[in-house]
Order: sequence, then structure tokens, then C-alpha cells
Amino acid sequence: MWADAIVTLIKLAVVIGVLLTTVPIMVWVERRGSALIQDRLGPNRVGPWGLLQPVVDAVKLITKENLVPDGVDRFLYMLAPAIALAVALSTFIVVPFGYGKGLTLFGYKVHGFIVAPDLNIGILYIFALAAFGIYSIVLAGWSSNNKYSLLGGIRSSSQMISYELAMTISVVGVMMASSSFRLDHIVMAQTGTWFGFIPKWNVFPQVIGAITFMVAAFAETNRLPFDLPEAEAELVAGYHTEYSSMKFASFFMAEYINLVTSSSLIVLLFFGGWTLPGVATPSGWVGAIFSLVVFAVKVAFFLWFFVWVRWTLPRFRFDQLMALGWKVMIPLAVVNFLWIGIAMARGIL
Amino acid sequence: MVTYVFLAAAALAIVFGILAIAHRSPIINVLSLVVVFFAMAAIYAVLGMDFLAAIQLIVYAGAVLVLFLFVIMLLNIRSVDRLGSGRRLQAVLGVVISIAIGVAAVLAIATLTPANGAVAPGSGQGTAFPIGRSLMTTHLLPFELVSLLLVAALVGALVLARKETR
Repeated sequence: MWADAIVTLIKLAVVIGVLLTTVPIMVWVERRGSALIQDRLGPNRVGPWGLLQPVVDAVKLITKENLVPDGVDRFLYMLAPAIALAVALSTFIVVPFGYGKGLTLFGYKVHGFIVAPDLNIGILYIFALAAFGIYSIVLAGWSSNNKYSLLGGIRSSSQMISYELAMTISVVGVMMASSSFRLDHIVMAQTGTWFGFIPKWNVFPQVIGAITFMVAAFAETNRLPFDLPEAEAELVAGYHTEYSSMKFASFFMAEYINLVTSSSLIVLLFFGGWTLPGVATPSGWVGAIFSLVVFAVKVAFFLWFFVWVRWTLPRFRFDQLMALGWKVMIPLAVVNFLWIGIAMARGIL
Repeated sequence: MVTYVFLAAAALAIVFGILAIAHRSPIINVLSLVVVFFAMAAIYAVLGMDFLAAIQLIVYAGAVLVLFLFVIMLLNIRSVDRLGSGRRLQAVLGVVISIAIGVAAVLAIATLTPANGAVAPGSGQGTAFPIGRSLMTTHLLPFELVSLLLVAALVGALVLARKETR
């Protein structure tokens, strides 16, 4: 009992530590990446290649005056960034980030590289918590008492409701194919190959589902081309216009942590998680470290993919965004799960 | 452990349930309702019905209440009438009916045993597999009827929202 609690606490500390460390790294990648794509230099003054720039930014944000504008609803104004960060940090506990079956640490069982190993609902837990993320944006927009913030909040609530549907439906096919909600089972169902050379990843039979999931992930994380809630050119900064110092930083951190969670989900659901095709994961700590590295590399690729898309595509118009969500994404996601249903009933998969 | 979590969640649900109807700000009302649903989900989860808990949060907290909030923000309703400012008859009838429903519910729950249909905590009856199986076998007809009802509601909403083009 106590050993399990301590193991869980260690895993929690590691997960939160890694997530919070990823934020400055991603900020650096984002700024240097955008500079690369736009043929600029980007931050290059602090440290080698500007690597220490996020550290300086963090110091700036922490020491900045903690301003609360007049006329805001103080309670909700403070609550909104707290919700954003709490939700972002707690979704990751059902994400299995490596193969840790049967591992022991100083004689205690590790129960796999996942904070909540026995939660049967897995992916549904992430959807349930992500639903709370909407409240932070909506409340931030409303409590700021600023029309641009309010517009950002209203836009984001309608956007997230629309894309959550497509996202959930596109995952149904994966759940059916592996007959489990648990992400570790979903990964284990993707080992092996078809015809000896195509890896048994869900992306191959469910390419439509994978595409709809990825597009919906962009919308759910409020990133370009779907960053309507904070469209700088029209809404100043959208829902977080009135936020400064660490309250702004909370939104900022939540955004990048959600990015990591979304990339992890794409890898786990559609790209085989920590497995490599044709390579059997070795047992013991060697296999564990191998699986961690494979998972990290795959997630890093999709994190870069998010940055790459953000600085390549222009922003949608709001009506185009809604039309795309309801008239294209949801029907495509339904087509995906109908195809999987038929394929499973016919014994093709 | 189960008892303590249940007591905490139940207390939370009652306090925020009262806040949901008594507070003057509609935004606080909706947020209190979110806490109530969260507490109910916690009760489901501690009874071993994790699937129901997740669905409770996804459907009610994630979709329905966000729409409530959306409408309140769109219409910019800043405050509502204080509790008890309606007609006296309404208040009396409301109290009587809610007490009657409460007593009936307690009586019904007190007489439930696993023999006549109650689900024991931790029996796994609330996870996805038994729910899915019973929806596809014993409760297939009600399931299909509910689907039909939802499709009808969807079509109705579309007809109402459609632009008149002639």
C-alpha cells in the first residue's frame, strides 16, 4: 500500500517535471522554428543558439507586476488560469509513456510507466478532463470584462464543442480495433506487422480517423490554423488579453502541456506508441529505456509537426472553421468508424 | 475509504446544489452545477462505475453546461431574481413536491437489494463491457427507440435553425 503510494508519487513527480521542462524547450523550438520557416534568425542572444532565452522569459514573467484590471470578476478571473493549468497537468496521468511491465525498482513493483495503471477508462478520462479545459477559456473571456476577451471566449466554446465531437468519434474506430479504452492495451494491439512489412499501426487501416483526429487536435489546442479564440489581428490576444505575469504564464504553460498530451495521444492511438515495427521490445530496464526513447522521439516529431503547421498555414475564417468541423470532420470520422465496423465484422482486420 | 469519499462528494454535491439555485449570478449557478456533476462522477467512480463517471463528465460538464454558459455569455445576463422572489404558492408547492420526491427516493433506495436489481458497489456493472452488452442484448429495443428519438430531435433542431430560402 505505502510502497505503491510512493511509487505513484515518484511517477507523478517525474511526469510533472518532464511536462514543465518541455514547456521552455517547446517555446524555444517554436521561436527558432518560426524563424527558420520565415527565414529570420529568431532569439540568438542569450546562451548558445538562444537556448537560454526561455529561462530569461520565465524570469521576466515571474518578476512582472501581478496586475488585476479594474472591473473584472476577481474570483473567476483568478480561477480561469488555475483551471487551465490543473487540467493540463492532470490529463497526462493515464498516458503510458513506455513499456514497464514487470519492472521493479529497489524491490518494489513499478506497474508500468503510467501514473494510473488500473484506470479502465483511459482515453475517456482524457476527454472528460479536456472538457473542463473549455471552462478556463470561457471564464477567462467572460470575467475579464473586455469585449475582445469575451469574443475570444465565445468563439472558443463553440469551436471546442464542435471539434470535440469529431475528435471523439475518430477515436471510436481505434477503441473498436483494440476493444479497450486503455491506452496501454491500444499500444499492445498495434504490435506486429501486416504482410510482413506494414507495421500494424492504426494509422494504416484508419488513415481517415488519424487525419480527423490530428486536425481536431489542432482545434482543441487552439493552434493555427484554428487559433480563432486568440486571433491577434482581430481580438488583441483573445481570452487572455487582460492577463499578465504568472497568470498569463499559466495559460501559456497549459497550452504547451496540452500540445505534449495531444502529440502523445496521436502517437499512442495511431502510430504504435513506444513500439517499433520489427523490433521486439526487450524485457527489463533495457527494454524500458528503449521504449522511453522510441516514445520520446515519436512525440518530438509530432511536437515539431504542430510548430511546422502553425507557421505554414494561414488562419481560417470563423464560418469556414465551423463549416469544416460540422460538415467535413464529423462525417469523415463517422465514415472511419463505419469502415472499421464493417472490416471487423467481415474479418478483414 | 469508499465511505469517506462518498461523504465528501455528497456534501460537496449538496452545498453546490444549493448554490446552483440560490446564487444571483447565473455564471456562478452554472459553475456550481459543474461541481455538482463532478461530485456525482466521483460517487460513480468510487462505486467502481468508471465508465459512467467519464460519460457523466463528458456529456454534462463537457457539453451541456458549456452550452448553458455559452448562452448566458451571449445574452450577457448579469444577475437573476433572488431565490424566493416568485409567487408564494409556487414556493410552497415546490418545497412540498421536492420533499415528497426525496422521501420516495430514500424509501426506494432503502428497499433495494442485489436480489431485486440493485448493483453492488465494485461489481463492475458500470464499466463499458456490461453496459455495452446489455444495450445490445436485453435492452436493444429501448436503445433503438432512444436513438430514434435523438435523430428526431436532431432533425427538428435542423428544421428550426434552417434559413428560409425561397
